[in-house]
Amino acid sequence: MIEIRWDWILNHLDDVVDKTWQHLILLLIPMVVGFAIAFALAILAMRRPGTVGPVTAVTGLLYTIPSLAAFAVLIPITGLTLMTAIIPLTTYTLLILYVNTVAGLRSVPPEVNEAADAMGYTHTSRLLRVQLPLAVPLIMAGVRVAAVTTIGLVTVSAIIGGQLFGGLGQFITEGLQTDFDTKIYLGAMGSVVLAFLVDGALVTLQRWLTPWARARSEVP
Amino acid sequence: MEQMIAFLTDPANWQDQAGIPNRLIEHLTISLLAVACASAIALALGFYIGHTGKLQLLGINLANIGRAVPSYAVMVMLLPVMLGLAPVLGYDPQIGLRFLPIFLAMLFLAVPPILVATYAGIQQVDRDLTESSRGMGMTERQILTRVELPLASAVIVGGFRVALLQVIATATIGAFLAGGGLGRYIVDGIALRDNGMLYAGVLLVAGLAIGTDVLLSWLQRRLTPRGVRLATESSPTTAELA
Repeated sequence: MIEIRWDWILNHLDDVVDKTWQHLILLLIPMVVGFAIAFALAILAMRRPGTVGPVTAVTGLLYTIPSLAAFAVLIPITGLTLMTAIIPLTTYTLLILYVNTVAGLRSVPPEVNEAADAMGYTHTSRLLRVQLPLAVPLIMAGVRVAAVTTIGLVTVSAIIGGQLFGGLGQFITEGLQTDFDTKIYLGAMGSVVLAFLVDGALVTLQRWLTPWARARSEVP
Repeated sequence: MEQMIAFLTDPANWQDQAGIPNRLIEHLTISLLAVACASAIALALGFYIGHTGKLQLLGINLANIGRAVPSYAVMVMLLPVMLGLAPVLGYDPQIGLRFLPIFLAMLFLAVPPILVATYAGIQQVDRDLTESSRGMGMTERQILTRVELPLASAVIVGGFRVALLQVIATATIGAFLAGGGLGRYIVDGIALRDNGMLYAGVLLVAGLAIGTDVLLSWLQRRLTPRGVRLATESSPTTAELA
């Protein structure tokens, strides 16, 4: 019923590599920019707790807008450029990254903060050297969800991206237009596999960032 | 902007099959149908996992897979299958083109959040409460329906909220596969280079999603028992996003 032409895939490996690469670029730029914004807002939240409500509401509103609408809204403004994909992809990461970073920073037990104060840490050095490392597990949980979500959304962006962007999703669009199942499955399965690989890489990164957690779990 | 207002105020766009009311009904019909079917599966399984504590690993894995596999990918992979099965199972190929791939992708997407919210909501109920209910002579069914369910209802509605928003977004994408709904204005607006239609579509789709979200968050707050509300009045947690 469904015929996968493996020979076609093997003959077009350079195309697969190109589109995977673009998929990763469209993941990386929004994640880095989104994290920078979310992190700055989370630091602000530690100083001014009153900002949490409004920031959560605004990022939540951005997150609620269905993806196709968010990509489409920019077409008349930014035209068919990479920015049309990058801007919504970035705004979608904000809620998850922000909520998790704030939750992470707040999860530090008060006695730990008091001990840091007693040891003479300033507010900033306590934040960077005590609270931030302890917040890593929750922050990384947010990064993982945001990354996997973004990989899926890059695929959707191919609907409006035409020849220009959409990463592996472009295979899906082309496959639908030319009625070629191999391309549809290549794009869909490719983006799913990519999501699992990136998630696995982030788990490894988290282990590396929190050596104490590993040490603790290895002690019987 | 003016083009959008022109589109929205043109009476021709408020009637017939391609009119806004009919597109809205199409969008809501498929979305609600998918969530209704998904909740039948998810609630039953969630009650079981939550009440008995068995099969937890299945629940967690389902949720993770649901998150990693985007609905658009599921939809396009189902399209050739559903078109191919039409002559075999004897349904109209049009249904295999316009309805089944989108509907099944929605189902796949809507089960995990409701399932996770249901069992997590039931599990967070204080053990002491279920133990004392048992001590008072309540049956397992009574404990589930009279103690665990009321205390978990707000969390479960939270799961519905996530599911419904994702399903509404998926219905929008479904327009790209010849589905109906408000997404048609976006897809057709791009194809026809009609910015008025495009923006009207964006506005309607975003409005529907935001309206649904506001309604369900209100319901979520109303369903939280007052004592629980007072005890947990803090910022949102990651559990709400999961």
